[in-house]
Amino acid sequence: MKNLLKYFKGYAPEAFSAPFFKILEACFELLVPFVVAAIIDNGVPSGDRLYILRMCGVLVLLGAVGLASTLAAQYFAAKGAVGFCTNLRRALFEHIESLSFSELDSLGSSALITRLTSDINTVQSGLNMMLRLMMRSPIIVFGAMIMAFTIDFKAALIFVLTIPVLTAVVVGITLKCIPLYSSVQKKLERVLLLTKENLTGSRVIRAFCKEESETARFKDGSRDLCRSQKLVGRISAAMNPLTFVIINLSIIALIYRGALSVRAGALTQGLVIALYNYMSQILVELIKLANLIISVPKTAACLKRVTEVLNTDSSQKNGTATECNINSEYSVEYINCSLRYKGAGADSLENISLKLKPGETLGIIGPTGCGKSSLASLPPRFYDVHKGEVRVFGRNVKDYNLTYLRSLFGFVLQKNRLFKGTIRSNMKLGAENATDDEIIEALKAAQAWEFVSELPDGLDHVIEQGQSNLSGGQAQRLCIARALVRKPKILVLDDSSSALDFRTDSRLRAAVGALDYRPTVMIVSQRVSTVMHCDRIVVLEDGAAVGIGSHEELLKSCPDYAEIYESQIKAAEGGESA
Amino acid sequence: MKDTVKKLLSLLGKSRTALICSAVLAAASVGLSLYVPILFGNAIDEITESGVHFEIIAGFLFRAGIVAGVCAVLQWIMGIINNRVTFETVRRIRDMAFEKIEILPLKYIDGHAYGDLLSRVISDVDTFADGLLMGFSQLFTGVVTVVVTFVFMLRINPWVALVALVLTPLSVFVARFVAKNTHSLFQKQSVIRGEQTALIDEMIGGARAVAAYGYEDRAKERFNDVNGRLETTTRKAVFYSSLVNPATRFVNSIVYAAVCLCGSFAIPEGMTVGGLSAILAYANQFTKPFNEISGVITELQNALVCAQRIFELIDAPAQPSDEGFPELENIKGAVGIENVSFSYTPERPLIRGFNLSVEPGRRVAIVGPTGCGKTTLINLLMRFYDVGSGRITVDGSDISKVTRASLRRGYGMVLQDTWLRSGTIRDNIIMGKPDATEDEIIAASKATHAHSFIKRLPQGYDTPVGEDGGNLSAGQRQLLCITRVMLSAPPMLILDEATSNIDTKTELRVQRAFEKLMKGKTSFIVAHRLSTIMSADVILVMRDGNVIEQGTHSELMSKNGFYAELYNSQFC
Repeated sequence: MKNLLKYFKGYAPEAFSAPFFKILEACFELLVPFVVAAIIDNGVPSGDRLYILRMCGVLVLLGAVGLASTLAAQYFAAKGAVGFCTNLRRALFEHIESLSFSELDSLGSSALITRLTSDINTVQSGLNMMLRLMMRSPIIVFGAMIMAFTIDFKAALIFVLTIPVLTAVVVGITLKCIPLYSSVQKKLERVLLLTKENLTGSRVIRAFCKEESETARFKDGSRDLCRSQKLVGRISAAMNPLTFVIINLSIIALIYRGALSVRAGALTQGLVIALYNYMSQILVELIKLANLIISVPKTAACLKRVTEVLNTDSSQKNGTATECNINSEYSVEYINCSLRYKGAGADSLENISLKLKPGETLGIIGPTGCGKSSLASLPPRFYDVHKGEVRVFGRNVKDYNLTYLRSLFGFVLQKNRLFKGTIRSNMKLGAENATDDEIIEALKAAQAWEFVSELPDGLDHVIEQGQSNLSGGQAQRLCIARALVRKPKILVLDDSSSALDFRTDSRLRAAVGALDYRPTVMIVSQRVSTVMHCDRIVVLEDGAAVGIGSHEELLKSCPDYAEIYESQIKAAEGGESA
Repeated sequence: MKDTVKKLLSLLGKSRTALICSAVLAAASVGLSLYVPILFGNAIDEITESGVHFEIIAGFLFRAGIVAGVCAVLQWIMGIINNRVTFETVRRIRDMAFEKIEILPLKYIDGHAYGDLLSRVISDVDTFADGLLMGFSQLFTGVVTVVVTFVFMLRINPWVALVALVLTPLSVFVARFVAKNTHSLFQKQSVIRGEQTALIDEMIGGARAVAAYGYEDRAKERFNDVNGRLETTTRKAVFYSSLVNPATRFVNSIVYAAVCLCGSFAIPEGMTVGGLSAILAYANQFTKPFNEISGVITELQNALVCAQRIFELIDAPAQPSDEGFPELENIKGAVGIENVSFSYTPERPLIRGFNLSVEPGRRVAIVGPTGCGKTTLINLLMRFYDVGSGRITVDGSDISKVTRASLRRGYGMVLQDTWLRSGTIRDNIIMGKPDATEDEIIAASKATHAHSFIKRLPQGYDTPVGEDGGNLSAGQRQLLCITRVMLSAPPMLILDEATSNIDTKTELRVQRAFEKLMKGKTSFIVAHRLSTIMSADVILVMRDGNVIEQGTHSELMSKNGFYAELYNSQFC
């Protein structure tokens, strides 16, 4: 938490001024009952209208000065809190950009998005509130007590007794409700889940005629929620009446005590009213304090989650090399590579050795979870091997500057991600200076030009957030085109034709094979038909290479490959008379 | 809007007694709570330097204590009643909305983003409850407080009361003024915030693309730009919105000073010091209900908008009732499609004049490129949608003339989207046959090769399935969906083969499970695997929403049309 102070950088004066001005305001407010007492004791009996007028002027003045200091406080609090969170957000984003995939995977992208957005927003409003109220409420409460002591010692003892009792009630009820609120929240989430489920699964539910039982399930959940809400409601409903009774009992005691002191000549009528006014001020502030208390654990929890991410260090060290020898004998070399993901119990890749020549095509096939994508993600150093070495154009990938290393690759991912913007801006992602002709050429090779050319605005067609206005197949082809635009030395297609039908897939393969700059190509797929024409194929099984060779060789030598082939193609061929 | 209000009133009518009680209690407790300062004032009047009358003071204080106590009890009861009415109403509305969801035509559900429907059932109902019920009780107590305070003030001193009444609304204007100016700032803030969230979502969700294309620095630049703009706007929005309290407090202190001034001037004319203290106590709280009332009005407006959205869902026309229709019984599985035309929207006709006759136990494979409308057929067969013209029959009876439930029970459906509901593995398997015995469940799971993975799960059949089946692989989810159908053993099947993301071994299992399932049953299969396609009795080739070719594999091959092209691309 201490490290967090640095995000106040540039906003430290504001962050300190805000509570200071709040204290000032509180002090002015505490003076009000005194002025009123003076009016009653001095102005009223003598009928001195000028004096009364002056004193009422003082009241307005106190209000005005109070307003001025609050304005300053609010301004500084807003600036401090917002500034802190802006710094924090920027630092967090930059930190996330510097993390390697091992860290990103273990943190999870949806969690990271929450940290950057709603968590920091919660911190912001919590901090803003704290800067404003943290000092004000205690100052008013204890200030009122101190003022009471200056008026009458014995009457002040009533304050000493009332404050802890009131605090106990207000804070106690608040603390009691916090866990109940979270239980209400959980039950609300259940109701939400049931609703969501019934919307996404409406077909299955109707297919099984479960409408009635689902309704019953929902009603159970909703009854449960209602019960919890009523429980919290009952408890928090006690707060106002209880504090009302306590404060009024105290005022009764105060007036009685005051009466005794007045008779003894130690107190005036005006001062009794002042004591009464001080007591009333306390209640309002304690309730504000309770709201603050509710927000503290929430803010702290969010802040803690944010710091956890900030304290995660990247496990990758950047290299320095920014050139490569494209004439090396091999473009990609795996030398006894093993990969184990962070927190995993076993290796995802085991002792893989493989060398690819420039221009060679490699197919990678095997069941889900066998490590196909892991194998393809090693050359661009998305992950680091924990044993062995990966070389690109003869040099260990760890020696390269990461940005440079990755600029050698065209990488098409399993999960396609286009960015919001035009098709052109997406195509230029990896090649800022690409001309329209080059882009169209790549689109043609990726079998995407067919539909892009039909769009009314062609390359200027705007892709929505999350590519919602494209079909899966269209997005996939655009992603392939994006990789081709930069004319990569090494092209990696990670299961990137899954949304394409066989026809498009085969055309795509033909086009990639005909690229004039002859990149090394690595194709990951579940489909035999996608990889069978590659120069060589690696068959992975549980992270180990159980076969490397051409399609014909593997059919003879690798039973796993033969089995996959059998299940996907042989059955079809057998029935085909041609 | 008027309509909405009317519906609301009828909805609240059920809690009429409670609402009336609450109103009476509110009025009583407000009156009592305002009476307390008067009693205190009376007591203070007896404390003068010239003499202190203890018996009278004690009498007033005793009465103040009783009044405060009674008032607190009334407040408490009112709070509980309000809670009850609010949460019960919320529950009632949610239940109504959910019941409606279950009987809405799928067209409605498909036509609305599910997030939209979800927010109607969840957050709109909450906003409605907060705004309307809480708002209403605040509004009521606020008005009562203002009126009663004013009456009491009038009785103490009419001039002072008038001053308070004239000056207090100032705070409302100030608050309004601030709110109006803040509103546009907050709108601007939420636009920039949305922009930032979208950027974050893109850059983090697409971290691999960012890394692969060396986009990190450009991403940071873009982020810092948005972040900077967000800071400026947020700072302003936060600052201006935090002006409401100090500004109204200032107005309040002016009122306070004015009341104090007039009150003091009035003392020689018969006003007492105790009266002044009571009036000052009022002046302190007088602005509060005024501000609350103005806040509540916007809340009420919000609540009405939400109520409108909820009623739109609750009042949406349900699918036509099939009550009194005969049940389909002892289904043999003969399916006839007679001259069927269908389209989702009138502008885009899809299926036109489609005919097909399937004898019991036959297999129909549906093939075609991505997005060709294969699911449309499923929609029609299951009667998720009704045909535009023509008719579909099962064993000769028109499916629109029998109960939906009996038709759907005749089908087993496994979709590509392997939906599992929250609950245990067992809950999911027995969906189609809730009274299945343990032996039947295990037998079905063994038949589909699901048993071997289920028994290895930490709690076997009682392992909870995570949200969206999170803890299971795609293949395992699919096996569960098949088991579900296997157990209920319907005479007809609709299957959608998964395209990818299942490993070969599981795929073989799924395939074998499908084989077992289909034995002797009329089956419609959205097919991706050639082996499935070739073993079908009829192949329907779809393109752009319409069935363009139909026949057996060899018939279609010799036709050398679209099917032949699709088929050949596999081996070119």
